[in-house]
Amino acid sequence: MRQVPTVKTLKINGRDLSGRQEETILDVARQNGIFVPRLCEMDGLTDVGACRLCLVEIKGQNKLLPACVTAVEEGMEVTTDSERLQNYRRMILELLFTERNHVCSVCVSNGHCEMQNLAQRLGITHVHFPYRYPKEDVDASHERFVIDHNRCILCTRCVRVCDEIEGAHTWDVMGRGIEAKVITDLNEPWGSSETCTTCGKCVHVCPTGALFEKGRSVAEMMKRRQFLPYLTLMRKENE
Amino acid sequence: MSKARIATVWLDGCSGCHMSFLDMDERLLDIAAAADLVYSPLVDAKEFPENVDVTLVEGAVSSEEDLHKIKIVRERTKILVSLGDCAVTANVPGMRNSFGVKAVYDRAYRENVTFDPGIPDQVVPALLPTSRPVHEFVNVDVFVPGCPPSADTIHYVVSELLAGRNPDVALKTRFGS
Repeated sequence: MRQVPTVKTLKINGRDLSGRQEETILDVARQNGIFVPRLCEMDGLTDVGACRLCLVEIKGQNKLLPACVTAVEEGMEVTTDSERLQNYRRMILELLFTERNHVCSVCVSNGHCEMQNLAQRLGITHVHFPYRYPKEDVDASHERFVIDHNRCILCTRCVRVCDEIEGAHTWDVMGRGIEAKVITDLNEPWGSSETCTTCGKCVHVCPTGALFEKGRSVAEMMKRRQFLPYLTLMRKENE
Repeated sequence: MSKARIATVWLDGCSGCHMSFLDMDERLLDIAAAADLVYSPLVDAKEFPENVDVTLVEGAVSSEEDLHKIKIVRERTKILVSLGDCAVTANVPGMRNSFGVKAVYDRAYRENVTFDPGIPDQVVPALLPTSRPVHEFVNVDVFVPGCPPSADTIHYVVSELLAGRNPDVALKTRFGS
């Protein structure tokens, strides 16, 4: 028997909206054309609430909650775009820029980068924190793809798409805090990975120029993300 | 009303921002009518003058000379503009930072040199340990990211500043550009 969906009604930015109970604030906002910035969330992958850019205010709660992992509730009053949120979002994004070496001008994803676009959209013209300029590796051992850790923001989209969609689980995260990095297999060169199927899904879900196709030069790497919602939808239908 | 005094400074950058400045083409005539260019790589003044209204700085702060210069520029300028990604983020000059200055010197003056290899100790200013954005050393009033910012963006910024307004460049340019 088909389950009857339970509908919750809530307010987002003063608008009366509704969503199914299993939907998140971000789902409902997106369906209604309300922009909430995010870099780790992606339609078709499980949500992890890692980037914190989608933090929203909920009336009656002092804590900010990530819209991508917060389910809608009856009577909820959500604000997605206060000055406080904008300040935090800019701060988070600026810290991401200082954490590794994001040199947009010479990046393969220049002009097609979610982080670069978001910085512009949030009105960031400079970074208030000192840059770290860490020494990060580039692994070009794979025959078709390259991982440039200088551009990685640890969103873990690559880890999730490889595990959940491709089923290979080549990618994972190693280390903690500032030392954390994405790895292939047990931190072996990507090119000698025995689990990688060379499907390229990780490359195309990566929001920055961290993962790219070999041979792409500055501004040449355009990601094709349309495949993901289709794949998940088709799999659901086949279940 | 007396003409405004503007200047441009070239620190550690490729001169692309100055090229973009020149790309304003005939609009330069309007700017020249409203302001005097009192110091710039494009004019012959040797000393950075006093009482400059607006200074556009291209490039990161990478050497002792850059640091010395930017402090003087800041003291003598009312509105200091970080022009382009090198000034705003250190950009490409900053890519040496992860390697350390010794590796940079060795590469430039020892490994790639056949005649008299050795690190110069005169004439060429010493490099700072890292190449960094201008605002990490002095206060900056206006930030114009872009590599380079377009001529339209520069024209907008200069025109707004000359008109006494504060330019909002967020929608006109971005990191990388």
